[in-house]
Amino acid sequence: MTQLPTLLALQSAPPAVVPADTAWMLVATALVLLMTPALAFFYGGLVRSKNSLNTMMMSYAALGVVGIVWALLAYSLAFSDGNAIIGSTTNALLAGVGTEAKGTIPHLLFMAFQGTFAIITAALISGAVVERMRFGPYLVFLVAWSLLVYAPVAHWVWGGGWLMSRGVLDFAGGTVVHINAGVSALVAALVLGARKDYSRQAILPHSVPFTLLGAGLLWFGWFGFNGGSALASNELAALAFTNTFLAPMATLVVWVLLDYFRTGRATAVGGATAIVVGLVAITPAAGFVSPAGALVLGAIAALPSYFAIVFRSRTRLDDSLDVFAGHGIGGATGALLTGVFAQKAWNSAGADGLLAGNPAQLGIQALGVATSMVYAGFMTFFILKALGLVMALRAEPRTEGIGMDVSEHGEEAYSNGEGSILVIQESKASAPAPVLTPQAAAR
Amino acid sequence: MKLIVAIIRPDRLNEVLEALYRTEVRGLTVSRVLGHGGETDRVETYRGTTVKMELHEKVRLEIGVSEPFVNVTVKAILGAARTGEVGDGKVFVLDVKQVHRIRTGERDEAAVTPPLPVEA
Repeated sequence: MTQLPTLLALQSAPPAVVPADTAWMLVATALVLLMTPALAFFYGGLVRSKNSLNTMMMSYAALGVVGIVWALLAYSLAFSDGNAIIGSTTNALLAGVGTEAKGTIPHLLFMAFQGTFAIITAALISGAVVERMRFGPYLVFLVAWSLLVYAPVAHWVWGGGWLMSRGVLDFAGGTVVHINAGVSALVAALVLGARKDYSRQAILPHSVPFTLLGAGLLWFGWFGFNGGSALASNELAALAFTNTFLAPMATLVVWVLLDYFRTGRATAVGGATAIVVGLVAITPAAGFVSPAGALVLGAIAALPSYFAIVFRSRTRLDDSLDVFAGHGIGGATGALLTGVFAQKAWNSAGADGLLAGNPAQLGIQALGVATSMVYAGFMTFFILKALGLVMALRAEPRTEGIGMDVSEHGEEAYSNGEGSILVIQESKASAPAPVLTPQAAAR
Repeated sequence: MKLIVAIIRPDRLNEVLEALYRTEVRGLTVSRVLGHGGETDRVETYRGTTVKMELHEKVRLEIGVSEPFVNVTVKAILGAARTGEVGDGKVFVLDVKQVHRIRTGERDEAAVTPPLPVEA
């Protein structure tokens, strides 16, 4: 998010909390938090039913684990004053984070809003390792990744770090969130290796309606993600909001047409994917480009991700839910196109892009994309290799066959209860186990 | 002429189908069933309600074959369905009195021999 307006406000007047801004940011924070359950549905529908709970829990778990890590340490590393690379521990354990103004909203609210971004970014990676990564190591990975990858990159771009001072435009997190998560997902898929059934048998989505529901809820939450990144209830928020409204529409239409002309059929999974790709692409640009620019940007963004998915599924690379094609490539496309379509006429705190006569901005954007790709890729590799030394990252092939829901969580998503016998605790009678679940008893 | 009934693990189904396909066994019926083969019961917990899953999901294959195909079919299933742990399943070979192919009215051996592929 651009904090330039915020910083300008800080210089010109003593900081004060503005009620209208606070009201909008309270809502926006809740909207972004909803995106993580939405992601759980988007991903959960795309896997086989025997892994659906595990896949959804990988997103839900981030709500807990990453949220706590954020409050305890990661927020401070990302947003407190430090050097160009990393913040300090000034605000660790939320020290000094109270109801005083940060910009025009309470500091606590700013922390919570940013926390919802950290949560969904970490959860995005899970799409590359579903149906095979063990849950425990995944939780440890979430902690390490939030501290070692998310916090520094967020500091570089938003927290006063070196990319911010070079003028990289990233309105709501194309670099910090999507390129970061997309590249990390690619590396994680390579380190973990393919699922045992991958490219040996058909692995089909178990609930396409879940995926459509998830995509719809992601869109809804994304209004908070992009609109809230103005950090105020103002014209800029309205611009980002409208661009978030328009860009995915263009992506959706282009994607459906591509599907239609390539295969003769417009697919629902493709439509759901298109919405997410459009949202990803407009994220860095939302507060810097015109609404017309957003439509064109959304339309163009469909192409690289679409063909990346077509190509990826023919390789041995099991980035299971195409996190890299969607978020890595979609995010990079959006970040670069921000350098093409940005206009100072729409956001004076931003910059002009290529079309407004400033080709240098495209180079600055490319620098942001490249450095975050290299850093996220290298660090994720290092974290996973280190974790792999002390614990098994992958489930045994046999466990993979049974499914992660039963083996990792001791639950099934769609059990009809047939053949299940209630276990009575020892304190009660040791009589033969009484009957069954309601469904079975009703038969 | 025999009916081969096999109860196998669902997660071995694809391997078994692959093995059968390689031995050129084409006609078969698959159904999802629940069963218990002496394996350890799985325990699941739903908010304090702990249940033992006595019945496990299994897959039943039914294959009508002519005599020369009996052994290869059984061997293919045994090879592909085995994991070595309790609960791998069973293969039953049953005598069959009559078989009729509905489409042509062919009987017995002719009815369980796959039709020759029609040249296009």
